[in-house]
Amino acid sequence: MSVLSALMRHSAGRIGLVIIVIFTIAAILGLLGLTPHDPLAQDRLARLQPPGGAYLMGTDLFGRDILSRLMVGIGQSFVVALLSVGLATLVGTILGLTAAWFGGLWDGVAMRTMDVLLAFPAILLALLIVAILEAGMTTSIIAIAVVYTPIFTRVARGPALSLKTRSFVDAARTFGSSRLYILSRHLLGNLVAPLTVQVTLALAWALLTEAALSFLGLGTQPPNPSLGLMLSDSRNLMEMAPWMLIFPAAVIMLAVLGFNLLGDALRDIADPKSRRALT
Amino acid sequence: MQYFLRRLAVFPLVMLGVSVFVFVAIRLVPGDAITAMLGTEGGMLTPAQREALAAYFGLDQNWAVQYLRWLGGLLTGDLGISVTYGQPVLDIILERFPLTLQLALMSMVVALAIGLPAGVFAATRAERPSDLIVRIFAMVGQSMPNFVVALLAIYILSVGFGVLPTMGRFIPFTQDPLGNLAQMILPAIALGTAFAAAVTRISRAAMLEILSEDYVRTARSQGFSQSYVIWRHALPNALIPVLTLSGVEFGYLLGGAVIVEQIFALPGLGRVVLDAILQRDYALVQGVVLFIAFNFLLVNLLVDLAYAAIDPRIRYGGRK
Repeated sequence: MSVLSALMRHSAGRIGLVIIVIFTIAAILGLLGLTPHDPLAQDRLARLQPPGGAYLMGTDLFGRDILSRLMVGIGQSFVVALLSVGLATLVGTILGLTAAWFGGLWDGVAMRTMDVLLAFPAILLALLIVAILEAGMTTSIIAIAVVYTPIFTRVARGPALSLKTRSFVDAARTFGSSRLYILSRHLLGNLVAPLTVQVTLALAWALLTEAALSFLGLGTQPPNPSLGLMLSDSRNLMEMAPWMLIFPAAVIMLAVLGFNLLGDALRDIADPKSRRALT
Repeated sequence: MQYFLRRLAVFPLVMLGVSVFVFVAIRLVPGDAITAMLGTEGGMLTPAQREALAAYFGLDQNWAVQYLRWLGGLLTGDLGISVTYGQPVLDIILERFPLTLQLALMSMVVALAIGLPAGVFAATRAERPSDLIVRIFAMVGQSMPNFVVALLAIYILSVGFGVLPTMGRFIPFTQDPLGNLAQMILPAIALGTAFAAAVTRISRAAMLEILSEDYVRTARSQGFSQSYVIWRHALPNALIPVLTLSGVEFGYLLGGAVIVEQIFALPGLGRVVLDAILQRDYALVQGVVLFIAFNFLLVNLLVDLAYAAIDPRIRYGGRK
């Protein structure tokens, strides 16, 4: 709760939190199917309708409701972002913690593998993985998780290395605490703050990567709505139907902005030293 | 000196790891390589033809042998033959790379030309309204995906000014330098926007930190003017994090080129790799991915060495 109230006192954090809460509600409604219209239903008499009337954000070339499609699209994007970042956090943290704890060969193998993954530009690595697996939602999740795992491995390993030598870890060891207990209770407990910051920022990147993949036609497959696909659809119609471009563009931008603001605010709260410098 | 040597020694090792990763990744593709290589035409082969082809491409050997052969090829510049182009992969890369490199460099120029002055300006006016405005722009800019910037830019140009960027026909720089730059500037802005925002934030943060250092305060108390102190003392130090960022960002520019080249119909390396993925042209995917990773690593190596040269603390310190 104290984090939440600290966030509300942080001006950028407050804006970020409000954006994310609104989008999360829209995403949940979209996933539950509680949209104003059926996102897949085609209304042939209402093709390319401007915003207003029955269709609050207008319709696309097939007379499908943009607002409903956006809500489902946000839902899909959030699911992909949450699952991929969750997966990356889990794998990355385990790798980073064990690398720091055991050191030696395991540390070398794990960290050099991460170096190799980091040698690829993010979108290219994701594309390579999509090329191997079949394009779709599951593949997007796996691809984005692989791309961001090295970052979490590094975030977890660094502090764990220094925590390992601290006296409370030695004390726990002399009390006879098991390795697993020390790793999870003492090391992980102290990593929560840096990891939370990283998770929030990674959610922003994951949203971007997902939108980029589906924009290229390698993410969510039509006719399912996704933010990237909707933008891609708007390309040839933007002069005639600018709402097809403006609304999805605004949604992607605001969602990413929300997570970025939230991540920065959390970093300020976790580390007041960086406060002035990075907001 | 030791730092340089260690850094130089690690480079080929990571590159070797990258090559193993790409090699294994491509072999995880479901279905056999002959089908992957020939697509649907693979179905028309007799079993004997299939075996002959497998033997020809060395696919009848185990993975270790295949990898060593492939690596041997790589070292002599043989990246295999692209099925869709019917050309050596290396030729395709060398033909298309200059455009992508130009795009990345132009984006970098755009980003630094906007980001550095904006960051320095904001830092010298910290916590004032003008600083706040710069920070808001930077935050929003960082949240704009390059394809959104690209589409919005095309929209504003076409609706607001009634002009469309030249698309479909690429004008090489050697043929018509001005026409080429006119065609490339919009893609460069689209690709460089998020980078410009990042440069703004980093240079502002670095400047703020340096402006509060003792030596800056000493210089100012000795009566040097504000602008002298900023240009002579603060900026050179603030450039170090910007340099690091630029190295990392270069990789993102090469990656981001995939989308921007697609939108603006530019025949660069990004387009090639995307088409290759869609066509399942694995030799080409493999070659281009390796090539881009190689460039990314090389740029980061040069950046590391450059700032080790600038900053003696890194050379002698125990940085890993």
